[in-house]
Order: sequence, then C-alpha cells, then structure tokens
Amino acid sequence: MNATAAAAVPHRAAVDIQQHIVEIVSDSGEGAQRCGQSLGSIAARMGNGVWTTEIIPAEIQPPARSIAGASGNRIRLGSTSVTNGGDETDLVVAFNEQVLLGRVREGELKPGCVILLESMWREHRDAGIRAAYAETYERLVNDGFRVIEIPMERECLKIVSDARKGKNMWALGMLCCIYSLDVALGCEQVAVALKKKSAKVIEANQKLLQAGFAWAEENLDFKYRIPAIKATEPQVVVNGNTALALGVLASGMEICAMYPITPATSVSHYLSDVFERVGGLVHQAEDEIAAAAFTIGASYAGKCAVTVTSGPGYSLKQEAIGLAVMAEIPMVVINVQRGGPSTGQPTKVEQGDLLTVIYGSHGDAPKVVIAPSGIEDCFYSVITARKIAETFNMVVVVLSDSSLATAQTQFPRPQFDEEWQAPPVDQSPVPAGAKPYDWDEFTGLFQRMVPGQPGGMHTITGLAHDRNSRVAYDPATNEEGLRHRSLKLAALQQTLTTPAVFGGPEGDLLLVGWGSTRGAIEEAVTRLQAEGRSVSSLHLTFLQPMPSGIGEILRRFKHVVTIENNWSDRLSDDIINHDNRRYSALAWMLRGRYLVNVDCWSESRGRPIKPVDICNEVRTRLEKMRGTRA
Amino acid sequence: MTSNATSHLMRMFEEQHSLEDYQGGVPRWCTGCGDNAILTAVQRLCRDEDLRPEKTVFVSGIGCSSRFPHYMKTYGFHGVHGRALPIAQGIKLARPDLHVFVNTGDGDCCSIGAAHWIHAIRYNMNMTLMLHDNNIYGLTKKQASPTSPIGTKSNTTPRGSYLDAMNPLTVTLGVQNASFVAQAVDWIPDMLYDIISAAFHHKGFSFVRIIQRCPEFMPKAFDPWLNDPQRSLLLTHDDGVRPSPAIAKLYRNQEQHDPADIDRAREIASDAETIPVGILYRNPSIPCYEDIRLAGARRGPGMMRAGLEAEFDKFTIWPDGQQPAA
Ligand SMILES: Cc1ncc(C[n+]2csc(CCOP(=O)(O)OP(=O)(O)O)c2C)c(N)n1
Ligand code: SF4
Ligand SMILES: [Mg+2]
Repeated sequence: MNATAAAAVPHRAAVDIQQHIVEIVSDSGEGAQRCGQSLGSIAARMGNGVWTTEIIPAEIQPPARSIAGASGNRIRLGSTSVTNGGDETDLVVAFNEQVLLGRVREGELKPGCVILLESMWREHRDAGIRAAYAETYERLVNDGFRVIEIPMERECLKIVSDARKGKNMWALGMLCCIYSLDVALGCEQVAVALKKKSAKVIEANQKLLQAGFAWAEENLDFKYRIPAIKATEPQVVVNGNTALALGVLASGMEICAMYPITPATSVSHYLSDVFERVGGLVHQAEDEIAAAAFTIGASYAGKCAVTVTSGPGYSLKQEAIGLAVMAEIPMVVINVQRGGPSTGQPTKVEQGDLLTVIYGSHGDAPKVVIAPSGIEDCFYSVITARKIAETFNMVVVVLSDSSLATAQTQFPRPQFDEEWQAPPVDQSPVPAGAKPYDWDEFTGLFQRMVPGQPGGMHTITGLAHDRNSRVAYDPATNEEGLRHRSLKLAALQQTLTTPAVFGGPEGDLLLVGWGSTRGAIEEAVTRLQAEGRSVSSLHLTFLQPMPSGIGEILRRFKHVVTIENNWSDRLSDDIINHDNRRYSALAWMLRGRYLVNVDCWSESRGRPIKPVDICNEVRTRLEKMRGTRA
Repeated sequence: MTSNATSHLMRMFEEQHSLEDYQGGVPRWCTGCGDNAILTAVQRLCRDEDLRPEKTVFVSGIGCSSRFPHYMKTYGFHGVHGRALPIAQGIKLARPDLHVFVNTGDGDCCSIGAAHWIHAIRYNMNMTLMLHDNNIYGLTKKQASPTSPIGTKSNTTPRGSYLDAMNPLTVTLGVQNASFVAQAVDWIPDMLYDIISAAFHHKGFSFVRIIQRCPEFMPKAFDPWLNDPQRSLLLTHDDGVRPSPAIAKLYRNQEQHDPADIDRAREIASDAETIPVGILYRNPSIPCYEDIRLAGARRGPGMMRAGLEAEFDKFTIWPDGQQPAA
C-alpha cells in the first residue's frame, strides 16, 4: 500500500479490496432497504460496480424481532462491473440479533464475517429479550464471527427523538466510512432518497449520516477501499422489473393488461405510474385469463400488447396463449418466474417454467421464448419481443425471474432509437383476392388484416382453418396450418446468430446456462480458468428457437453440464438412475435436440446460484473425470 | 390513382349497404334454431345503421351461438370458450372507433365466462352483448347449463338437474354500473330487432338476453310461453320499445315500464313465470371505461421519446460534468 495515502488517514489505513458483499437487515419498516439501496447508489456514483438484492420477508408485517422477518438489502460492491450477487456476505449490519439469525440459518454469511450488531438489546427492559440477545451474541462469537456491538440507537437519539426513523441513515453513514465513500455524495443521496420529504427531515437524516460516519471513523479499527473507475458515459441504475417496464415503454406498445402477482407486480406498478404520460395504459383485469384475452383483443385490433405475470398466472393464460398461436396474433407475455409448482415460493427465484412456456398450451403451439440474462437485457428483450411478435405474428414470451426482478445494477443509458416505435395501425384497403392467411410457402409468414382495413373482413378462429380463415378439419388443411405456424420459428431461427462461448472454444467442460444465471456462471468460469482448469461456458438467450451452431459448440467439449436454478433428480438418490432421472429443463432440450450427453447441475433453493457453488461442483466433476481416465 | 385516404372518404360517404353485404358463410345451425332469427335481426341492423363492415367486429366464445361471427361479412373473432368479453374489451380499448358486438351462449357467458360477465357490466364499455340463452349446452350435445330449469334432463343430469336456474337478468341488474339490460325472444323477430337496435344505440355495455330455441336438445323448453302469449310481458314505453299493433294485439300482457326505473326492473326480472320482453333498464349517464381510460393524451409523435428520456433521467448517474442543466 502507498505509504503517503496511509498516512493521510489518522486512525488506520483503508485496505484496498476488489469486491465486498455487505448486508443490512432489520425488521420490516426500519428502513434497511433504503439504507442498502442508497449505499448502492452512492457507490455506483463513485464508479463502483454494484449489484443489490432485496431481502424480503414472506409476510407483509412479520412480527418484530423474528427470524423469518429479516428485511433489508444485500449489496455487492466491486471495483469493476458486477454481474451477480456473488457468494456469501462479508459484512452485515443488523438492527437486531433475530433477523440476523435468519440470515445465519440460511447460510448467507461467510464464516468469520464481520457483524455490526445493534447493542441496545443488551440492556432492554424485557428480560427475555436481554437473554435472547446475550445468548445469540455468545453463539455467534463462538461460531467465529467477528461481532462488533454498536450503540446505534443511543447515538441516533443524540440527534433525533425517534431512532426508528433515521437509524438506517446513521448506518449508511457508518458504511460510507467503512467503504471510504464520499460523505458529501452520501448527503446528496439522502436528499434524493427522501425527495418527497420536507427539508427539515432531509437535514436531520443528513446529520444522522454524518454522525454515523464520524462514529465509525472514531471507533472502528478497519476500513476498506474498493478502487473505482468512473464511467465516462451516463449509466442508469434500475432493477430487472423496472428495466422490463422501461422496455415496455420503449417497445412502442401502448397497452399492458395484467393481474397482480408476485414477483411480477412491480413491473405494472411502475408502468401504471408512468405509462399514461406516453399515451399508454395499464389495465388491471379481473383475472389472468382476462388479462391474456384482453391483450389478444388489443393486438388483434392492431396494437400489439403485453401481459405481465408469474407462474400461477402463466398457467391460467395458457389457453388464451394457444388461441393467439392458432389465430396468429402477435402478443408479448412477460413471465417473471417464481418458485413453483402451485403457489410455491412467491418471492423466491426459480427457473422452473422453461418447458412450460416452450411447450405449454395444448397441441402444437410454437412460441418464441427469450430469457434475459441480466438487467440490461430485461430492457432490450421487451423491445425485441414486440418486434418479433409483430413481424412473425407470434406469441413471444420474455422469461425473467425473481432474482432479476429485484436486483439492481447499472448499465449504459439506452440511446433512443426511432425503430423502437410501433408502426401505425394499417388501415389501407386490402387488395382484391388477398387471403387473411396468405402463408408464405418458405417462411410461413403472412400479412395480417386488421379491423378497419376495407376489403379484409374475415373471422379469425381458434379452430383449424384454411388460408381464408375458414374452419376446416380436413387432414391436408390441418397440416398446412401446423406446418406454416411451425415454419415461422425456423424463419426466425435463420436470423439468429450463434452465441459466443465464454472462455476457450474447446476443452474439458462446458457449462451451459440460460436467463438470470449468466453473471454467476461466467464469474465461476473466470475463477476456474484462473486455477488453470479447462472450463468454458455458453449462455442462451433465445431458448425457442435456438440459434444454429450450438450442437457444434457442445461437441467440442468432453463434458457438457447445464447449470440451472430448477429441479433435477439427484443420482445420489437410490432409486434414481439414467432411465428414470428427470433432468433440468435446458438439459432435456439440449439432449433431445443435439443428441449430446448433456448432464445438469441444478439447485432449487429459492435463491440465486452462487459462483462459489458452481466452482465447487466443477472442481469435483473435473477431479472425478481425471479419476475415471486414470 | 387516388390516394388511400381519398378513396376512404369516398367510400364513407357513398357506400350504402345491402343485406348481402353483411352475409358471410351459410349458417350451419339446425333448422328452427333460434340463432337464425338473431342473425337476421343483426344483419338488418347493420344494413339499417349502414355500419361499415370493416369497422365492425363480432366477437364470440365457443358454442353453437358463438359461430355467429362466421356468418357475418364483417370482421369477426371466434375466440375460446368463455372469453369473448375480455377479447372484445381489448379490441374496444385499442380501437374505440370500431363497433363491437359480442355473441355468447348461456354456458359461455353465465358459466365459464361468468367472472368476465360480472366485470364487463362494471367496466361498462360501449358494446352490445347478445346472450343466446337456450337453457342448454348445444354444441357439446346437451348438458345442463346454469340457466337450465331445475329438473332438466340432460346427458349429465339424466335424472334431472339439481339446482334452480340462474336468472341472467337479475344477476346483471344486481351488478354495479349496469347500464342497459333488455330481454328479447327469438320468436318475435320485430321486437328482437327493435331491442337489439336500442342496445346498439345505447352508449355503454348493453346486455341483451335473447331466449333462443334449441329444437335439437330443448324442443319443448319454451312451449308454455309459445302456447300462451299472455305469459310474456311486453315492456313498452316512449323511452323503450313500442310493439307494432299486430304484435300488441297478440301479446296483450303489457306494461308501461320506464327503463329508468331500476326497482321495477328488478321486480319484473325476478318473476320466473313470465318472460318480460323489452328494455328493463337503461342508464345513459354511467361512464364508459374506455372514455375514462383514454381521457388523457393519445400517443403522438415525439411523446414516446420524451417520456422515455424523462424516465431514464430519474435513474441516471451522470459522469462528472455531463449532467444536463435541469
Ligand atoms: C375450455 C373449454 N371447456 C369446454 C369446452 C367445450 N364446450 C364447447 S361449447 C360448450 C358449451 C356451450 O354452451 P353454450 O355456451 O350455452 O352455447 P350453445 O352451444 O348452447 O350455443 C362447451 C362446454 C371448450 N370448448 N373449452
Ligand atoms: S343444437 Fe340447438 S343451439 Fe345448436 S344449432 Fe342446433 S338447435 Fe341451435
Ligand atoms: Mg346454450
């Protein structure tokens, strides 16, 4: 470390680190969320890469000081851009020991990590609380955590009369000090975060932030610095759901029909707030079936529309989606996946819907499926989805998940493109003799006739039909329709480019992922390569259709394993064998299409997959491979 | 060559439509099926109102009755079972310039689509719904429907149906924002026409229940009313429909009923013995959902970009010195 820089800090030198994961947990309503988000914003403004994730209790108002009630934020700070939530937490601020226990039990804290714990409970008037605190404290210390008790409440009360309102900002100040963040930027961020509050409130919170900063400066014996490179281009910082909603705004669509469901709801909350300003609207339908049908009606009438949902809602929409497929009406469906089946785990992540969206709805119902692999991708996917939907008269499913939904990171501010806008509704007369389904022999494409177009009158139907849209059950016509609807996927497939391999083009092991796991997989691959291992990865955004060239890539590796956040049977279970094993979704598809012996490694723990777990799995596999070869 | 816009205008002013202009495929309903009478009335209406076929959409679900759009030479949407209403609503909200009609059956509307029916009343979007109520599932070959009278023998209730029939009129009249509720019967075609016409002219969600005979599966269902015209109650009013002298002579059981009177409308609707024919209720002052939702500015050029940039601004971190002045 640079000697002069160290001398400039009176108490101790800041240790340079490349990245750190910090958590703030509290009872809900104590502002840990806001503290965490603000920390992320300040760091982002200083040029650090950030990835913040929400820690959400399952209940709206869980009892205070309960293990299941942890509410807060987890912020990963990096020297360069951060693409995922990383491994376990390095430092945690907890407003009480019970919510902290929740995080310990979930295995989210790194062994020996620093815990900054509110100490007021030690002297609480309730003996039960005092005892619970003391016991937990002892246990954590014995378990090897570095627990530092902090009189947050007491310090806050020096400035405000109700510490519940403001402790979060005091903690923010403390964290700004710990991570050598600019306190002035911190104060600015407080003003931004509280912009709806009075000047007096903002001022009090800024004082708290400064006090927290000063207290840490005086009393803590460690300090970090995560070197940052300021961006030269403007960046936006949003979570995946906001990115999806911005994507809807940018896609040229005007109508979003939805029914509330976690974790998709915040897409429509944000849209409801802003859509009307650009001449759009959100329609909250009476159920998901109605939302899907409404979307289809609007699209049919010439305004390609979108419906937003999650698993249970997607299941309900399936019949309507089949109608859109059959009648060839463009439609965008956003599915922010959550844990399933049934009501499952509403707030937790799972990539459990891939096969449902690709093969779902009865009969042969070809649809396009795109899975954004990051926050920025969420934005652009919706724009792409609308374009494809209208060009191919198809249903396009955008498959996000709850880990992207609430994770926040920065990406370059998009540059508006005139091409994003939807074309005006075609109201020109239809040429004499034109047929409503004038399928192109080669691509299956046709020019749709929209109500209002003179001469185009016809009745569309979900029944089998011919080129004139007349109901027809004869074998040839039925196959003609099936064939052309299917050809469109192939036509789209021809326009897709082969995804790039991350790492060497061939080797011992290829990891294949899709959707939200990209950041974690590529980070794991980077670490494994640094260890000298022959590992690469491939990430798929287009799941249906899949671009050309994937089979060739798979065959260049000795082993191929998909990494997925969904269920697959474990061969370690006695009755599971190669004949009855149920593979993860993508593994099924790759095996079926490319006839490559693709294995899978999956987790369904309701949380994002961590790079460290991928690394461990890969190391074990590579060791085994070496063993079998020897 | 004239431009598209000009030719449009010319069509608008010059075009007069004849019945054939609205006749699509040849109806495949059974002989004597009441759906035929509804089709005739609607085709007449389109001609008399000179509705531009390309500006008119018939939306339906699944059922015998839902084949209706195929027989109209307008735009049509033959959807999935029970979901005609939300499809129609999407169409109307996207394109308020279109005339939207919904044709649905007693199973389609009152059973599988019941949630949408209730909410459609509340939305009060400007469209006309025709409930082809034959008291049975026709297309699937005779199963009890929610409106089948108790004791109806069907393939799923061979010893008679178990429950009292649902009354679509009282249900509709009981929902918030009901704005037009009427009933017609397929065997009085002139009044059927008048009622559908009044429904079409009402601005809002017009609910017309049409008692529709299904000679195939419910041949005797309405015999008591057919055999005894006095068991029908003609609702007449200056503000409602007025039967022709010929009809008035045959159906002498009449009542001067003011469609503004919802209490009396509910009483009339509740009487299971008589079939009221006419307009039970009309309230033109209830706002339409599309008018409420589309009250703001429609998308104009530049709007999307300006709105999007303003949203990006909310989330942007500017590099030093690049933040635009507010
Ligand atoms: C989801 C679904 N469930 C069931 C059916 C089968 N189905 C088609 S029409 C119908 C009932 C039709 O009865 P109604 O709505 O009264 O129409 P009608 O044939 O009497 O005119 C049923 C059950 C279907 N097409 N779709
Ligand atoms: S089955 Fe009944 S409702 Fe269906 S077409 Fe025949 S008569 Fe009409
Ligand atoms: Mg019926």
